[in-house]
Amino acid sequence: MSDTSAERRPAGELEASVLAALWAADGPRTALQVQQGLPMPLARTTVATILARLHEKGAVVRQRAGRGYAYSPAQDAHGLTARRMHHELDKDSDREVVLARFVSQLSPDDERVLRELLEAGDQ
Amino acid sequence: MIVLLVVPLLVPFAAPLLAGRLAGARHPVAALWSLTLAAVVLAVSTLVALGGLLLPGVLRLPVAAELGELVHPLAVGPEALLYPATLFSAAALAGWVWATWRSLVRQWRLYRRARSAADGRQAAGDLSIVDDVRPDAYALPGRPGRIVVTSGMLRCLTPQEHAALFAHERAHLSGRHHLFLAAAELCARCHPGLRPLRGAIALAAERAADEAAALATGDRRLTARAIGRAALAARMAPDTRPAFLPSATTGPVPQRVSALLRRPAGRRRLVPALAVLLLLCAGISSGTAAAGALVLHRGVEVAQGEWRAGR
Repeated sequence: MSDTSAERRPAGELEASVLAALWAADGPRTALQVQQGLPMPLARTTVATILARLHEKGAVVRQRAGRGYAYSPAQDAHGLTARRMHHELDKDSDREVVLARFVSQLSPDDERVLRELLEAGDQ
Repeated sequence: MIVLLVVPLLVPFAAPLLAGRLAGARHPVAALWSLTLAAVVLAVSTLVALGGLLLPGVLRLPVAAELGELVHPLAVGPEALLYPATLFSAAALAGWVWATWRSLVRQWRLYRRARSAADGRQAAGDLSIVDDVRPDAYALPGRPGRIVVTSGMLRCLTPQEHAALFAHERAHLSGRHHLFLAAAELCARCHPGLRPLRGAIALAAERAADEAAALATGDRRLTARAIGRAALAARMAPDTRPAFLPSATTGPVPQRVSALLRRPAGRRRLVPALAVLLLLCAGISSGTAAAGALVLHRGVEVAQGEWRAGR
């Protein structure tokens, strides 16, 4: 039942989650390992299909691992240029004006309050 | 007339008093709309008032009087205030045009740069990943809208927290929050009193996206933790940006986290009341600006000889 609700999400969202999981992982991951780490319940075959699609696009690289493949994120050739551009953007403290940033800079006071909030929230 | 046109220049100084409370409120979408609407109305009223204050002085110039087909000198308001008002509004409008133009050019350039950093990259759905240790994430509007996330950000969050982060950024894109932020930026250039509204609007947009993420993941605490941990990781990352000016009040991130951890509670009446007050400010401002413009128009018609003065 819950399988279908996760699989009804747009294909792009699932691809994004799978690629994010690979980037966050320490090393190559098989379809089964990726599936177990994902927050949404997906069939292993669905994850394998998504990984194959990402591989076709060149977003991930794979190597043989037993009877299947282990996948890791592709460090693409554009990576360096993109990183440099990102660094340029970073120097601009003003950029949140158009680009809504996930988190803004913390003051020392903010940091203290935030740690207290998170500790209280975990209890 | 002068008095009527001065009111829209003074009202925006009162707006931030109401805005700060409203931005952190429990209905961030409503807060976002009312804050932005109020900011736009107050900004437009400011410009109308400045234009109205500029006009009488300009119409004293022979060339302008001829162009305006004035047969009498335009008589509106006390004579002693005419030139100071004209000079003040001319300087303010010139400053506004310059600042706005610079801001537009700068924002556009930043946007193009961010866009080219995200385009041509390996895409997985709407996600672009930049391989960078510093944790950062933002929504990049456009067609199609994209989520840009650094690998550093992905590594400091769990897969569950990734889901909250993506839902947050998707809410920015689907809610077209960049338009609200751009409006806030333009309004802040119109009047110094509107500058604090920019921060309030940005906070309301973040809160709206946070609530959408909490709804999508079905877990307020998870969303709060994702935001909190991302902010702390960004702070500790090497080569971090120079710290902001130290602020006495609590910054936006702790406010967002505590709003998510707080159970939906009472005090809901406060929000509509504040929103109504803020929009009332905007109403006063636009009303006096419109009245001033009407009086001015009538004055011009009198000066054109279409009306007899005093009738």
